[in-house]
Amino acid sequence: MSTIDMKPTLRVGARRRPDAAATDDGASLTVADHRSLHEHLLMTRVVEERGVRLYKQGKIPGSFYDGRGQEATSVGAAFALGPDDVISSPLIRDLGAHLVRGTDLTELFRHYMGRENALSHGREGNIHFGDRRLGIVGPVSMLPDMMVVAVGLAMGFRIRGERRIALSFFGDGSTSRGDWHEAMNVAGLRREPVVFVCENNQLAYSTPTDRQFRVRPADRAAGYGVAAEVVDGNDVVAVFDAVGRARERALDGGGPTLIEAETMRMHGHGAHDDARYVDPELRAAWAARDPLDAHATIARAHGIDVEALRAEVEERVAVAVQAAAATPLPDPASATEGVFCVGEPAGLGRGAAPFSGFAATAQGTRTAAGPTATADPLTAQTRQAA
Amino acid sequence: MATLTYLQAISDGLREEMRADDRVLVLGEDVGAFGGAFKVTDGLQAEFGEDRVQDTPIAEAAIIGTSVGAALAGLRPVCEMQFSDFVACGFDQLVNVAGKMHYRTGLAVPMVVRLPTGGGFAGGPFHSQNPEAWFMHAPGLKIVAPSTPEDAKGLLIAAIRDPNPVCFLEHKHLYRRAKGEVPDGGYETPFTARTVREGDALSIVAYGAMVSAALDAADRLWDEDRVLVEVLDLRSLVPLDEDAILATVTRTNRVLIVDEANATCAAGAQVAALIADRAFGDLDAPVRRLAAPDVPIPFSPSLEAAVLPDPDRIVEVARELLAY
Repeated sequence: MSTIDMKPTLRVGARRRPDAAATDDGASLTVADHRSLHEHLLMTRVVEERGVRLYKQGKIPGSFYDGRGQEATSVGAAFALGPDDVISSPLIRDLGAHLVRGTDLTELFRHYMGRENALSHGREGNIHFGDRRLGIVGPVSMLPDMMVVAVGLAMGFRIRGERRIALSFFGDGSTSRGDWHEAMNVAGLRREPVVFVCENNQLAYSTPTDRQFRVRPADRAAGYGVAAEVVDGNDVVAVFDAVGRARERALDGGGPTLIEAETMRMHGHGAHDDARYVDPELRAAWAARDPLDAHATIARAHGIDVEALRAEVEERVAVAVQAAAATPLPDPASATEGVFCVGEPAGLGRGAAPFSGFAATAQGTRTAAGPTATADPLTAQTRQAA
Repeated sequence: MATLTYLQAISDGLREEMRADDRVLVLGEDVGAFGGAFKVTDGLQAEFGEDRVQDTPIAEAAIIGTSVGAALAGLRPVCEMQFSDFVACGFDQLVNVAGKMHYRTGLAVPMVVRLPTGGGFAGGPFHSQNPEAWFMHAPGLKIVAPSTPEDAKGLLIAAIRDPNPVCFLEHKHLYRRAKGEVPDGGYETPFTARTVREGDALSIVAYGAMVSAALDAADRLWDEDRVLVEVLDLRSLVPLDEDAILATVTRTNRVLIVDEANATCAAGAQVAALIADRAFGDLDAPVRRLAAPDVPIPFSPSLEAAVLPDPDRIVEVARELLAY
């Protein structure tokens, strides 16, 4: 007879702010911030809805993966970052992080559709990308490899005495692999300025968390000397606050933090997956906690016209899709270019940091390294030697 | 010019480049206070401090992965696998993260992975491997394998200055056996092949520790058979110096390729394929290969000697080729 308690680790999310829907206790957020947060939440959802449709219409090759239900986590986390911070990396459910950093919509759809584009030149998988000009390192499929890379970035910042952090997203599924342990161990050991955002979305493809691990990720953090916080991942303000606190801790020499954001993957793993393995009651419970609906209440309370904002976002997406569809596929001759860097490496640039708290530092600091001044990330000088 | 061992030349190159460029840092197991399992990094932590010469936990994925991150942050990490065999534990970070980064994202990953390789001293299956073929098959990684102290220093400096991830294969058997004149100061050895000895009857193509085995064999073939054998040291496996390989075939029309690595899909197999494809008409005999059979490198001296190519076997196969 087993003496081990097999109770499920998580189901509907334990960590909810009281009256979260009606309040905004992120006291530092202005009306403009709420407008920006809501715009990015909407943009994330509208882009992905359009992406799923384009995939089903055969206009996006491969498959398509979206983060419906998880928008508040990537938007809230990225909103807490300064322009010099680096994301390594957003995952396939984290479109919101790309958008907050300023990723261009047309380039995004060109990339999704396998068209010539400045993000990837068609070389990277459709939901894998990162605009280096905006301080984003594109993810790899082997999760959570990029957590380890984020620790190395943070180490570089610390050694150079730079006040900036690295942030890495990963899911519950990532916490079973060895790289997770190595990243946590080294980050805790060296007190590197890194923030780990675990999106506990209940599922690793079809496998629920109670068949993945005995102890939840946030509880394991103490074993590495890493601070941890559990947060309602569907509450954009709560995620923003938690990441902001973690960022301050990292900048103050307090070392890494793991933030476990409780959320739910509302679609299948990819567009090919109907997710019939998900308990309908669980899905319904989370549907009632939609992150966009939750923040819309706050936005309206601040006088923001949510419907007008949505119409504006849809228009921008439509324009981007049209431009992307008119873009040719990459030149087949370019398939063998760019394997090696030739000449001086092109580095990471600065991202948009729309939070009003960064306004003082963001203004007038767009240097030559900034996204607006930097050309195509895969410029001629970096192409492979013949 | 100083006379240095191969090991001292690597240390010298590392120290020179760390003095010249404060972006260069060293990471690895026991590389700091202890100076490394083979003492390559001896004295570096005292000179450069704990941030630039970091003792790491036993965690190869972390060593390689944090080096990728440090490279993206603008530093020039040189990380050490204590034995190249252990790179298998960091394979994913090297192959999937570092190697593919530039093609996918336009971000360069200027880093060096130092890989003490090779057998010949009863290291057994986990301390004797030559893993270069794993990485030759992975796009985006450069691979160099010096055979002399002068090249060891120059190739290491060139690898550190290269904007790409470079696997630096340093052969343990050469560490203290290979000695030679090494120029002072910082210099780069190009990632090209070098004709070590000129000849007209047969070319032996080799790299790493097999170059000295090939030279011993060539000496014997001159002394005993009065045959002039050319020896080409590849020095770099990626990029592979195809022009130099084809040129030696044109000169001698007979080729023996020697790998210490396991035979299947080894670097030598790539050289043989190149010659078959581009120099078939220049051949007077079939291309021959000598390599370790496809077994783990065994521990017992009698077994290890039975699998590693040596001058005797090189002479034997060379004579077969010359008689063809």
